[in-house]
Amino acid sequence: MKLLTLNFLTCARKACKATNAAFPLHPKDAELEIVEVELSPLFVRNILPRVEWEALRTLCQDLGLPQLPATAPEPGELFTPNPSDGVEGEGIEEVGEEGEPTQTLKDLHHVLLETTIREGKLVCGSCGHEYAVKEGIANFLLPSHLV
Amino acid sequence: MLPTPSTSHVSFDNIYEPAEDSFLLLDTLSSAPETAFLHSRFPPSAPPPLVLEVGTGSGVVLAFVASNASSILGRRDILALGTDINSFACRASSTTIRTAIADPRTSKPGHFLNVINADLTSLIRPGSVDVLIFNPPYVPTPDLPDLVTHEKYNALPLGTKSTTFEQDSHLLALSYAGGADGMEITNKLLAQLPEILHPARGVAYILLCAQNKPNDVKEYIVSWGKSWAVETVGFSGKKAGWEKLQILRIWRIAPSG
Ligand SMILES: [Zn+2]
Repeated sequence: MKLLTLNFLTCARKACKATNAAFPLHPKDAELEIVEVELSPLFVRNILPRVEWEALRTLCQDLGLPQLPATAPEPGELFTPNPSDGVEGEGIEEVGEEGEPTQTLKDLHHVLLETTIREGKLVCGSCGHEYAVKEGIANFLLPSHLV
Repeated sequence: MLPTPSTSHVSFDNIYEPAEDSFLLLDTLSSAPETAFLHSRFPPSAPPPLVLEVGTGSGVVLAFVASNASSILGRRDILALGTDINSFACRASSTTIRTAIADPRTSKPGHFLNVINADLTSLIRPGSVDVLIFNPPYVPTPDLPDLVTHEKYNALPLGTKSTTFEQDSHLLALSYAGGADGMEITNKLLAQLPEILHPARGVAYILLCAQNKPNDVKEYIVSWGKSWAVETVGFSGKKAGWEKLQILRIWRIAPSG
């Protein structure tokens, strides 16, 4: 399960959905797997405003990943201006006039899209319920007494 | 015609096989009026849309939208997310979507997140879904499948490599059995829409059959008030004035001046 996916999930219990503590879910005993994904610089730039930065920082902390900066990078930090302006660059066609993707952008791509939880649990900070992740598939089905 | 994703790896013993309803969704989502609607709703200035399919089954519909994102939504920075109550379907549909996106015939596909084993949208963060797609279990049945046995049937029996016949029957029933009027599951999903759809951009495509009483469903949406709209945007099997299947588009409209 990709870390970006967790940006859109909360605890499945009705009582938790309204509480702030149910987001983000906290990984526990997580076994990570890096799955390579083709870099799409404009996608990373565009998705950034949809990412709950504080939650992503918490997630990286929980997983023991390198600490993210306190605030989300500004768009200007994601590209270095292309020195050879007007010259058709080779490589990633999308870059265009944005310039070359910076290390900051590449790191974000790696965290959001390439870092996946293969095995482990996701724990709700409100009710403590643990959702299992097996072979990359998270199970959010609740036992009938908790629905 | 946009390419239809391959589902040749999917076991249809316990996963819903793409049928007329699935293909109606593909045709409708790629029709000129719907792509025009979606292009104008998600202009390049809008943030990347999150497309959630509830009950992915074989994965054919979400794979189609994800791999043809540029044609259908007018942009490739879309996020495809799925849920299914059947863990076998979660695995199969993930493969379908990954394969379709990697297909060399596909140009400029979107981004696939995951398919999660879950009950409808219970796990989705409120307000986060831009486009929701649902091909529900819509067949009227006396009862719904027993969820108490689901945990047992949702994984391979211990120490075995294949599912049992009862297990397969249970899992398939989840994909079609809709209870009274075939609407029991769809009604649950409809009740979740106001919470999970994005407050400005949210739109849902939901398939219904004639026995679901589509006009009643539309009246129900109208009763939500002026910030909601509903329209039939696709149908098939027109017979004696009855559409056998139809697709409703349910969307939020911005309060005007
Ligand atoms: Zn909880």
